[in-house]
Order: sequence, then structure tokens, then C-alpha cells
Amino acid sequence: MKIVIQIQRYGDYGDREPVKAEGATQNQADWPLWEVFIRSKMGLDHKHVGSLHAADAQMAIENARDVYTRRQEGISIWVVESKYIHASNPDEAASFYDPANDKVYRHPTFYDLPDELKAM
Amino acid sequence: MEKQATINLEQQFQDRVDQDIRIEPKDWMPDKYRQTLIRQISQHAHSEIVGMLPEGNWITRAPSLRRKATLIAKVQDEAGHGLYLYSAAETLGISRAEMIDQLHTGKAKYSSIFNYPTLTWADIGTIGWLVDGAAIMNQVPLCRTSYGPYARAMVRICKEESFHQRQGFEILLTLSRGSEAQKAMCQDAINRWWWPSIMMFGPADDASPHTAQSMKWKIKRFTNDELRQKFVDICADQVKILGMELPDPELKWNAERGHYDFGKINWEEFWQVISGNGPCNKERIAARVKAHEEGAWVREAATAFATKRAQKQSAAVA
Repeated sequence: MKIVIQIQRYGDYGDREPVKAEGATQNQADWPLWEVFIRSKMGLDHKHVGSLHAADAQMAIENARDVYTRRQEGISIWVVESKYIHASNPDEAASFYDPANDKVYRHPTFYDLPDELKAM
Repeated sequence: MEKQATINLEQQFQDRVDQDIRIEPKDWMPDKYRQTLIRQISQHAHSEIVGMLPEGNWITRAPSLRRKATLIAKVQDEAGHGLYLYSAAETLGISRAEMIDQLHTGKAKYSSIFNYPTLTWADIGTIGWLVDGAAIMNQVPLCRTSYGPYARAMVRICKEESFHQRQGFEILLTLSRGSEAQKAMCQDAINRWWWPSIMMFGPADDASPHTAQSMKWKIKRFTNDELRQKFVDICADQVKILGMELPDPELKWNAERGHYDFGKINWEEFWQVISGNGPCNKERIAARVKAHEEGAWVREAATAFATKRAQKQSAAVA
């Protein structure tokens, strides 16, 4: 006996006439860019997680919630418009951080103490 | 003199990459590194966004509330992944608007897999298993890619992606234990998606001219063929759990190589789909353009609202 199995195909293929891609409009300017910082739980710092575009701060916070906390990654969100972030210059890193290079005595391991000394 | 300076910078750059020190947005980088990354990251972002279409098509037809909820969550994740990647590309100096425009005008590519239709519910399972599986195989090594923002975006994406693959396999597993018709539907979907899925790793190494440079810059960590082989090996075993078959009569374990041998890929089809002649290329782009154009008034209204509110607030302060 032969079993005939008919597969119903009714997906998106051929649902509508293909439309030409030409004539795509030139985009207008983007919404401002915002940097997003998230506190993952009480007692921890807010940490930079990424950026997004939004028309204003409230929308930036709501979008950040939808994009960066879909799996309960945060309990507090900061957003700041990217143009207000000032950063050190990586090209000057060598000289900029130079003052700390020769001050190993700022670390506890610099000090030579006997092993018998406990609880220090 | 100036040329000498550039050579030194390039050498320093390569030294950092060799030492696995990440490159960050404000660091000096060769122009070609920047352009390669913009192309790769934006294509990746476009793939996430266009990838929502074949699956979104099945949200209203999902067979149960559970399936519907998980499919919505998955499609929403893809939107998020697109956003992480667009943001990473923007740190290299291209604007979001420009990238969107490149997608809509066909100047930028996206993964050719999304130009195939989703004909049955089993396709949603198969996309999760094979398409997301191939994507994960590609993406996990990218968590260690040399460009910091890209690597960080990939870490986030990979964490979320594993649920996608598992939900897909679960759909297929259910079908594979169902009626004869459901089993046939499952096998049919696997038959249609298998070859396009293994094409997702891109052309064979000997036909992939940029691979060497991308490996040297650690933008890529494995070649296309290495990843493809790994994927075939894994799927050839996983398909047994479904009691289904991969549509490749030449698929056979090769004990000597320690890998599965597999049949020849139809690269002609691959290039046809890439160059716009796949079954759904026009439909996909048309859907994107339509969504973008019909959303224009929302974007304008939000901008107008923000401006008005800012004015009100500054008036209240004064």
C-alpha cells in the first residue's frame, strides 16, 4: 500500500507581487546617539553596555530597557548623549599614564615582610 | 617621510593585533582594516534585520501560544542583535542612515540564506537548528575578533543565540515524533535548508581572496572551510536524534580524516542568490523599504515632540 503525504506549503513565498527596491529614499538625519550604562544589581556600578539612537532621554531609557535588559540584566539605567562624553586620547597614553609607571611602592606587595607576620 | 610614519604605524598596529591587544575606536588603524570592518559588521547587522522577515512571517501562524511567545522573543532578539552591530559599525565612522540606505539600495549585502522562503512551520524549526547553528559557529570565534566594539557585541549576541538554536531543535524534535505528515514536513524542511545553510560559511577558501588579510588582522579567526567542516560534523550527528536525514548521499564518516566527507556545494546557486536572483531577494528588500518609509512619520513626530518638550522645559527653568 502506498501512502501519499501531501505537504501544505503556505508561507511567505509568492504571497505578494515583488516590489522593486529602486526608489529607496535617502534617509534623513539619525536621532541623536546615546551611550547606555546599566547597573546589573544593587551594590554594583553602572557599566557601559553599548549605545543607541533616540529622540530624547526618556525614549533612550525605554529603548535601552528593550534592547539591553530583555533578560533581567539590569535594575537601573543611565543614558547620556554621546556628544557629552569626553575621553582621553589613546595616542598620548604613554605620556599620560607615565606618572604611575615608577611607583610600585603603591602596591602592598612592594613591602618585604617576614612570613611569620600574620593578618596583614 | 610621511610614508615612513605610516609604515611604522602599521607595524605598531600589527604588533598589537599579534599580541591579542584589542583595537578600540579612537586608536589608529589602517584604512583598509576600517573599511573591511565596516563592510563586515554592517552586512552582519543587515542580516539580523532581514533575518526577522522569514520568521516574522510565521508569528501569526505559530501552532501554540508557547511557540508563538518564543518566536516573538527570538525575532525581537534579532532586532536587538542588529542594533548592537549597527552601533559597533558606527564607532568606525559610518552613520546609521548611510548603512540603512546601503541596504535599501542594494549596495550592501546580507546573508543570502534569508532570500529563501519559509514555506512550512517546520522551516521555523530548521532555521533555528541549521541557520542559527551555522551563525553561532561563525560568531563564537568572533567574540575574540580584534576590534573591541565588534567583539563585545558578539559576546552579547552569542549569549542570546543559544536559546534560538534550542527552540528550533525542539520544534523539529516534536515534529519528528509526530504523525507521518509531520515527519514528512520535518524532512522536507531539512532537505530545503541544508545546502543553503552550509553555504552560509561563504565561498571555499581557494575562492575567498580576503581571507588571508582578515586572518592576519584577526578579524576572522578561522577560514570558511574550517568552520563549514565543523558544522557538518556536528549536524551529521544531531540529525540522528531527529531520525531524519541530511540530503547528501555523499555524506560519510571518514575515519582517516576524523571528519565527515560531504558532497559538492552548488556554488552557482550561491552566487545567483548573492547577486539578487534568489527566490525572495526583491520581496525582502521591498519589505524593509516599506517598513522604513511607513515609519518616517513616527521618527519625525518623535523628533518634533522631543524638541517641543525641550523648549517647554527650558521655558519653565527661565
